[in-house]
Amino acid sequence: MRVKVLIVEDSKASREYIASTVEAVEGIEAVVTSSGFEALKLLPRHRFELIITDINMPDINGLELINFVKKNPNYRDVPLFIITTEGREQDRDRGMALGAAEYLVKPFQPGSLEGLLRRYLKLP
Amino acid sequence: MSPPSKALAEFVAEATEILEALGKDLLVLDERRGHEADPDRVNGIFRAAHSLKGLAGLFGQERISRLAHGTEDLLDRLRLGKLHLNDAVLDTLIEALDAFQALLAETARGTETDGLTRRADGMAERLGRLGEVSVALDEDPLERLELDAQVRSVFTEYEEHRLRENVRKGVSMWRVRAAFDLSDFDMGLADLNTRLKPLGEVISTLPSAQPGGAHGIAFDLIFGTQVSMPELESGLKGTPAELARLAVRPATTRSAEALARATESPAIVLGTLGVASAPEASTGTSPPTKRGVRAAVEGGTHQPLLPLASERSDTEQGETGASAHGVPGLDSESDEEHAPSAKGPSLVTYLQGPGGRAPALAATPPGASQAGAGAASSSSASAEPSLRSLTQTVRVDIGKLDGLINMVGELLLIKASLQRLAESARQDGVVPLSKLFGQELARETRGLERKLEALQEGLLEARMVPVGQVFDKLARLVRRITREAGKEIDFVIGGGEVELDKLIVEELSDPLMHLIRNAIDHGVESPDTRLAAGKPRRAVVSLRAEQKGNHVVIQVSDDGAGIDELRVREVALTRGLITHAQAEEMGRRELLNLIFLPGFSTARSVSELSGRGVGLDVVKNNLGNLSGIIDVWSERGKGTAFHLTLPVTLAIIRALVVGVSARTYAVPLNSVLEILSVQPREIRTMERREVLDVRGQTLPFVRLARLFGLPERPVSRYFVVVVGLAQERLGIAVDELHGQQDIVTKPLGGRLQSVRGISGATDLGNRRPVLVLDVAALLEEGLALERRRA
Repeated sequence: MRVKVLIVEDSKASREYIASTVEAVEGIEAVVTSSGFEALKLLPRHRFELIITDINMPDINGLELINFVKKNPNYRDVPLFIITTEGREQDRDRGMALGAAEYLVKPFQPGSLEGLLRRYLKLP
Repeated sequence: MSPPSKALAEFVAEATEILEALGKDLLVLDERRGHEADPDRVNGIFRAAHSLKGLAGLFGQERISRLAHGTEDLLDRLRLGKLHLNDAVLDTLIEALDAFQALLAETARGTETDGLTRRADGMAERLGRLGEVSVALDEDPLERLELDAQVRSVFTEYEEHRLRENVRKGVSMWRVRAAFDLSDFDMGLADLNTRLKPLGEVISTLPSAQPGGAHGIAFDLIFGTQVSMPELESGLKGTPAELARLAVRPATTRSAEALARATESPAIVLGTLGVASAPEASTGTSPPTKRGVRAAVEGGTHQPLLPLASERSDTEQGETGASAHGVPGLDSESDEEHAPSAKGPSLVTYLQGPGGRAPALAATPPGASQAGAGAASSSSASAEPSLRSLTQTVRVDIGKLDGLINMVGELLLIKASLQRLAESARQDGVVPLSKLFGQELARETRGLERKLEALQEGLLEARMVPVGQVFDKLARLVRRITREAGKEIDFVIGGGEVELDKLIVEELSDPLMHLIRNAIDHGVESPDTRLAAGKPRRAVVSLRAEQKGNHVVIQVSDDGAGIDELRVREVALTRGLITHAQAEEMGRRELLNLIFLPGFSTARSVSELSGRGVGLDVVKNNLGNLSGIIDVWSERGKGTAFHLTLPVTLAIIRALVVGVSARTYAVPLNSVLEILSVQPREIRTMERREVLDVRGQTLPFVRLARLFGLPERPVSRYFVVVVGLAQERLGIAVDELHGQQDIVTKPLGGRLQSVRGISGATDLGNRRPVLVLDVAALLEEGLALERRRA
């Protein structure tokens, strides 16, 4: 059975890019959403093994999502990756302080995300 | 890494969307020059640039990425208050938008020119250098806000900045807590945001980290507002919101003296505030018990910083009301202790379910959360009134739509065949069974017809877009031309919500741009000339759309110098476009319409005639291709107005099928006004033109047979199809009427394309092509024909 990875990113093209990178790794199913709100709804409905989130989103920001996940006993062990862009170091640092596992700076190569996914999901 | 072309198309589509949103927001900032910019809007623009940067980076669009980086950097400084938004900054941002659009156009074409690359890179560099630095504060106001460190840690840099700004301005800060059912909390939050928005600024929305039961989830909204507690409460009536005011410590460094005074006699200070600076007091953040002193002090110290309208008198009341709810910090434990039980519903109630008091909003459709594709909310709540409206907007690829519309066309053919089959089966059927068969077939046909109608309607609606899409683009252009021309102009837009077929809207931008450019460059006088003529210094150029039946009328008007029809006459005579005899017969309106003739305008006539007429024949042709017509009104010294009358859609139309000299033609029904039965003796000749008298009005009249050079047959009576667009009317004589039918017009190819009076061909279901009349061209042709004969 494939493991589920949640991708939260409001830019459609970025979302598709990340999703296709994630799905290229055998054994992973990508669940994508465009907003933090939708992510909050999806969390109790699926068992996610990993979450990838953007920081700048219109409804709740990625930091709030990280905080929510990390404070919730049901999800706190799910590793979280931040997708960020150059120049947003403060937000990135806060995300890491809140408990995110890794961060990726856009534009990133598919290979770097792939490597991290394999490592955290313990895939061959 | 070169992404496949499908991915590139996706990039272009999303980038276009981002740029459109960005352009809209910039336009609002532009219109509100001189006012303080709405932070949400600035942040929206920042987010757009930010998304664009990330997007371009992912797709290897280096040039766009570099420019987006510069733009984002500038906007980041703006939204974080490190830079002041002045005219130069705004102008540069608007220029950057133009550059983005040019870059994107090249990307879509798959080209890359050095000139544009240099322009974009130069601009990116300029953006980086731009701007004056705002004065740094000697103390961080945020330190004065009593807020849990844990809560602070989830704020983004921007949210922190907004919080800081609100505290600095002395705006009172609230924590609005609301619990919702997990299935529809976004609806509830959207409703809450819609109510809060007019009252102040929602700085952050924090999902409560406490597990909210199996089906519930609670949110804390950090909200800054100048309104009083009762006002806030009444604004939130019916929502599950609970209010708690966040305490703000007074500014210490500059207020030692004031603090000392206040501590000595708080009552006096409070009293003074109530009279002299009520708004300040409303911004105090603590209940007037022990903290009342603080509030008073803060109001006093911040007075010079806070230029507020002093319209409020309910401050004291607000303060008192607040005391019941004033809870410092965001610690949820202590909040629950202090939570008001009488005024608002308790948190527990809501965790158990939405209950009866939750806003009655439809549940999210089960599919909506899957993949989030339909629920993409890419702009902030400020741009859209609710999240719902966002999810209802669909962008459809026009190619796909065209395919569907073609399919409908084919289905219509089948329907028509079926209809004929049914008809013949019923008539020929001598045995009862075949009669039954005919009836059955007829019933099926009716069902098919109904379904087709619904499908057709849905499809046509999907093609409709608000004409405002073009208007917004034009508004930006107007700004630039106005500046270049050294004029002072108010550009007024109306009816942007009127919907037209996407194809028509796209095709409209060029003709409209032409007309508006003419109005600004040549129609509108310079400020000094206007003053001398006793007119206001600022001219008004307006662009309005209005739906009239199944047509849309777009008006481009100015209050400039107007067109001198005598000069038009002179020019037309000089260029040999009309003869002296013709000129003698022409009325004012006819003279004005000469400006649309090809060859009327040249570079020299620009100065002679205030530039009216520049390429207007092209404008007219463009509109003709859209089955529209253009009409001009002008009065010397008062201004000029162009009226563009357009059909709502071109895709599928209802047509009147007519017969002339044993040939069949289709006339688009939307331009048919009425049908008359006329005897040949009723036709009379006036000034060498055939006309009819209809209810006391003279109606120009043409015989279709004669127009198309067909053999005329003697008839005892003509059917006269009266067609009209805008103010033009024409009676077209035909021999027979065959009824109405839906048609899909296909363009004519090759040499036939240039035949005047025919817009295309269609198939009526009997597999024989029929020509469709071009009413707009006929209206002109009818008049021109008479003119030539004269």
